[in-house]
Amino acid sequence: MGDNLSTVNVIFTEFYYWVTVVFMFLIHVGFCMYEVGASRRRNHMHTLMKNTMAIPLVTVTFFFFGWWIYFAFPTGFYWFTFVEDALFYDPNLVAGPTSPLMGTHLSGVNETDIAAGITADGLNGAAIWHRLNGVFWAAFLLFSITTASIVSGAVIERIRMGAFWMIAVLLGSVLWITDAAWGWSAGGWMVKYLGYHDAYASGVVHGIAGGAALAALIVLGPRLGKFRPDGTAREIPPHNPWMVTIGLFMIYTGFWGFYAACNIPMISPASIGGQITGETWTTTNIYLAPTTLSAITMNFLMALSGGMMAGYVFSKGDAFWTYSAGLCGIIGASAGNDLYHPIQAMLIGAIVPYVAYKIHFWVERTFKIDDAVGAVAVHGYGGFMGVVIAGFVLWGAPSSPYEGFAAITPWGNFIGACIMFLLGFIPVYILSKILNHFGLLRIPAKIELEGLDFKGRAAYDAAAAEIQAAECAMLK
Amino acid sequence: MSTIGYESWAVDLKDVGAIYPFQGSEGIMVFLGLVFWIGWHVLQMRQEEAEIEAELKAENREEAARKLIDDY
Repeated sequence: MGDNLSTVNVIFTEFYYWVTVVFMFLIHVGFCMYEVGASRRRNHMHTLMKNTMAIPLVTVTFFFFGWWIYFAFPTGFYWFTFVEDALFYDPNLVAGPTSPLMGTHLSGVNETDIAAGITADGLNGAAIWHRLNGVFWAAFLLFSITTASIVSGAVIERIRMGAFWMIAVLLGSVLWITDAAWGWSAGGWMVKYLGYHDAYASGVVHGIAGGAALAALIVLGPRLGKFRPDGTAREIPPHNPWMVTIGLFMIYTGFWGFYAACNIPMISPASIGGQITGETWTTTNIYLAPTTLSAITMNFLMALSGGMMAGYVFSKGDAFWTYSAGLCGIIGASAGNDLYHPIQAMLIGAIVPYVAYKIHFWVERTFKIDDAVGAVAVHGYGGFMGVVIAGFVLWGAPSSPYEGFAAITPWGNFIGACIMFLLGFIPVYILSKILNHFGLLRIPAKIELEGLDFKGRAAYDAAAAEIQAAECAMLK
Repeated sequence: MSTIGYESWAVDLKDVGAIYPFQGSEGIMVFLGLVFWIGWHVLQMRQEEAEIEAELKAENREEAARKLIDDY
């Protein structure tokens, strides 16, 4: 009975994460729709392909080293550690690209595993981990692709594809997964020493992506014509507002998978191995602290509603900002949505997008930053504020089920929010500067005006003209 | 002090109930939530009224309407 129960739990968990992966793919459908909708007709295919190709590029790099980083960096940078900790798996055995667990693998251990150092018990135990490694990798990968895609919308209509893809790999397969190891894992040093709490990734995914997007935008500069000679900003309306908003709707849908993937669906106190006593199994957040799927479902919906209602009023019914405020509302409440009351989630979800909206236009006016889709506002400022607010609202709550971990505090979460934002900002700023120095960051002005879909346009027009002429000839 | 009433997870989960922050303040939270909801309706209706009034006062509305009808 005990063995069968364990088997059912493992296979249920495997299936659970698989479903979250499928849902999270919708985030990328949504990103593509709303970025293409926001771009002008002469830039459609460039905008689409720029975002789409981030998916395979982050996937293969996340296989080669991203997943390894998550297990290797909780205490620092693997070779250089801030703290001593033994809560985690051996990265080389579990997540290195040569590990047998990174291939098709059942629950047991054979000679190949033994030769690689994999055993049937302990933290690398067969019963729990061997079947789950692949779906966990995939769920984290979808977070990686999301993080990279957030930057994509901000820089449309003037960045070179090659430059964006280098930023996407750096952010998706190195930076965000480093901050996840530090602040979004059961043994991360930020959790242990700062009491950092960010259950649904306000800072871990959105804050860092916002910081990275802002850095890229500073170096990249605004789209041609965005600012008038007197420095005031021009509106560049989306060519298809419908497509933009349905894209955002699609992101909401994918966000359900994102939320579910942040939980461990079913685990026993014995498997957690922390301070929790008794035999009552539970759902936990990523820190292995108790929560419920009910809680995050209610809080997701209430935060979304608070954001949409606030956004509708403060943007005076603007569809793009209403949808974006809904997304920002969720992001603003995400850090604490494992514990918040639904009304708290709603009010936080209303306040955060309002402030983010104000900051967006202030930054645009003051620093001439052209964030084409408001990504820095929705994800960066929204995520940053969400982490800080969680520090106040959850003040004194345990950050972890393990002994010796700091409690959640405003200062711990504030420092954590700064780390998240800067971990995105600084490396991407340096990379953007290097790319810019070699003339590899931005499309030349002549082509920007002509449209980024210059490649193949003549062949497309010629083919269309030829088939039109042929069909017309058949009518005679 | 902990806003959720628990300072550690050294507990038996069968004995744990509510874990949201500021338990005991549900009435205040509901009040604030209702103020937000009712306030939203008031603000939205004011905005909508102002927009309609502005449109009614605009000139050349017939010509613009004819073009919009033609555009379908």
